[in-house]
Amino acid sequence: MMNTEVTFCGVTMKNPVTTASGTFGSGMEYTEFCDLNALGAVTTKGVAHVPWPGNDAPRVAETPSGMLNAIGLQNPGIDVFLERDLPFLQQFDTKIIVNVCGHTEEEYLAVVERLADTTADLLEINISCPNVKAGGISFGTDPKEVERITSAIKKKAAQPVVMKLSPNVTSIAEIARAAESGGADGISLINTITGMKIDVEKRKFALANRTGGLSGPAIHPVAVRMVYEAAQAVGIPILGMGGVLTARDAIELILAGATMVAVGTANFHHPEVTMNIIAGIRSYMEHHGIRDVKELIGAVS
Amino acid sequence: MTETVGEILYNQEISAQIFELKIKVPDIASGARPGQFVSLYPEDKSRLLPRPISICDANDKTLRLVYRVAGLGTREFSGKKEGDSIRIVGPLGNGFPEAADHAGQKVVLFGGGIGIPPMRFAGEAYAAAGAQVTAVLGYRDRETFLSEEFTRFGEVMIATEDGSVGTKGNVLDAFRETQGEADLICACGPLPMLRALQQFSREKGIPCFLSLEEKMACALGACLGCVVKTVKEDAHSHVKNARVCKDGPVFSAEDIEF
Ligand SMILES: Cc1cc2nc3c(=O)[nH]c(=O)nc-3n(C[C@H](O)[C@H](O)[C@H](O)COP(=O)(O)OP(=O)(O)OC[C@H]3O[C@@H](n4cnc5c(N)ncnc54)[C@H](O)[C@@H]3O)c2cc1C
Ligand SMILES: Cc1cc2nc3c(=O)[nH]c(=O)nc-3n(C[C@H](O)[C@H](O)[C@H](O)COP(=O)(O)O)c2cc1C
Ligand code: FES
Repeated sequence: MMNTEVTFCGVTMKNPVTTASGTFGSGMEYTEFCDLNALGAVTTKGVAHVPWPGNDAPRVAETPSGMLNAIGLQNPGIDVFLERDLPFLQQFDTKIIVNVCGHTEEEYLAVVERLADTTADLLEINISCPNVKAGGISFGTDPKEVERITSAIKKKAAQPVVMKLSPNVTSIAEIARAAESGGADGISLINTITGMKIDVEKRKFALANRTGGLSGPAIHPVAVRMVYEAAQAVGIPILGMGGVLTARDAIELILAGATMVAVGTANFHHPEVTMNIIAGIRSYMEHHGIRDVKELIGAVS
Repeated sequence: MTETVGEILYNQEISAQIFELKIKVPDIASGARPGQFVSLYPEDKSRLLPRPISICDANDKTLRLVYRVAGLGTREFSGKKEGDSIRIVGPLGNGFPEAADHAGQKVVLFGGGIGIPPMRFAGEAYAAAGAQVTAVLGYRDRETFLSEEFTRFGEVMIATEDGSVGTKGNVLDAFRETQGEADLICACGPLPMLRALQQFSREKGIPCFLSLEEKMACALGACLGCVVKTVKEDAHSHVKNARVCKDGPVFSAEDIEF
């Protein structure tokens, strides 16, 4: 018997594959392509305490082997999320990771508290959001801020807390340690890498927001390096992501130290891709005579 | 909605840099409605995102698309030969108002440039439902691709930028040369044309539906990458930003701000 089960922050998943926040909605739009029951977990789009309108269009631009996005975290707010999205996901035999965003500590806490008595299995806290009290720089780039916000959230959260780290930092190890000291149950990485694209014909920025987050296979080697460095720095489990397109990419992140893997931009390229990745992990295990996927976690170090 | 691989039956240049593509893809073609589109995927893995292309015509088995070579993705498509395959997702989006509801009415279809192909499918549906169809088509010059086909559905007016065929000017100039009456307007084309029609329909009190374009990442309604500002709260996020790929691409002109 082959075992693909993993336990991440105390939650047991049937396999190590989830979706990356913001690339899969709350799963509704993908039901015609994927069996959500087959996923280890679904990670939802970031949700705030009130609706956020997001940025002006254009919000996305293709780049070589990747894309830039500046959605600006458009979301319907926690009320609609609890009425519509969570009940939808509860119909499926999969775990639910709710991604949370905010501009201030209070805003994060307001969402975390509303989620306390719900069926959400895990909280993923997106700290790449602009911190309005610090002039809009992301929470995730200052280790002190990361530790502070992590411990504030841990005090209120009913579910295990996964801090989602920004790669736009000098030392990911230092940030990972800050999340661990703050009491995080796990960390996820990487979020998008800040980039820019200029249309040379029109001599204009490709995105209305000028800058955007780079994702897709172009960032995969950065993700592997950062997951590895974080895994060396902390003892808490890691949800790895960044440019996963195939089962081999997912296994690479697991070998670097991730317990779970999220698939993001690849869903846009191939709506059924998560199903192929789950099947591909099984065939890799079969081919290499691996009985338990846990044997692969951090196996290269 | 299906993700599948279609077989290319035909792919020929019908005008400078404009190609007609027929794909055998029954799962998608059989359910397609006028105004909907499909996502075509380049084989080159460095170009990951879908290329949204409107449905120009569909029967039980086959889709017909007409596309302009705009960049490297569509350039790759233009090199495909009969018997080659192409990865495709669809049908996507909402479509133009149900033709059966407009039987006996005067329906005016405006198409500008590469916005003309979806109006072909719409023209056929409205004519078949018993509407009185007028097509007003705008081109740059005398290369008036597809215009012949519209004569099957009703009256055809042509406007060209250089005046080589029909009215010299834009589609609205051509339409204003007539009585300018309509019970329903449907349109696809460049933004200035759509803005002019939004204003025209408002002044005349004519219901008007516009097919919009926006950069897309998923084309399925999941990523919120392709929004247009709306007057009322949108269905998904309630923030007056509707998704062109899912809530559109066709919107009532009075519902959008652009
Ligand atoms: C709903 C809809 C229907 C469309 N129908 C047609 C059609 O019937 N015929 C046709 O010729 N064109 C149509 N277009 C435009 C077509 O999608 C683009 O010309 C095409 O994606 C260009 O791809 P490329 O790789 O050649 O260009 P590139 O410029 O290399 O593309 C780079 C990226 O930008 C995107 N992009 C570039 N131009 C556009 C655009 N105008 N709209 C949206 N995304 C764009 C591409 O999809 C790709 O992700 C439609 C667009 C939309 C949104
Ligand atoms: C369109 C888009 C929207 C995203 N929205 C969110 C979000 O709401 N919250 C979040 O934490 N990360 C968000 N992300 C980041 C992804 O979850 C992921 O960390 C990143 O894209 C790297 O993975 P990938 O290369 O597989 O896409 C978004 C990414 C994309 C492309
Ligand atoms: S392109 Fe993703 S929502 Fe429209």
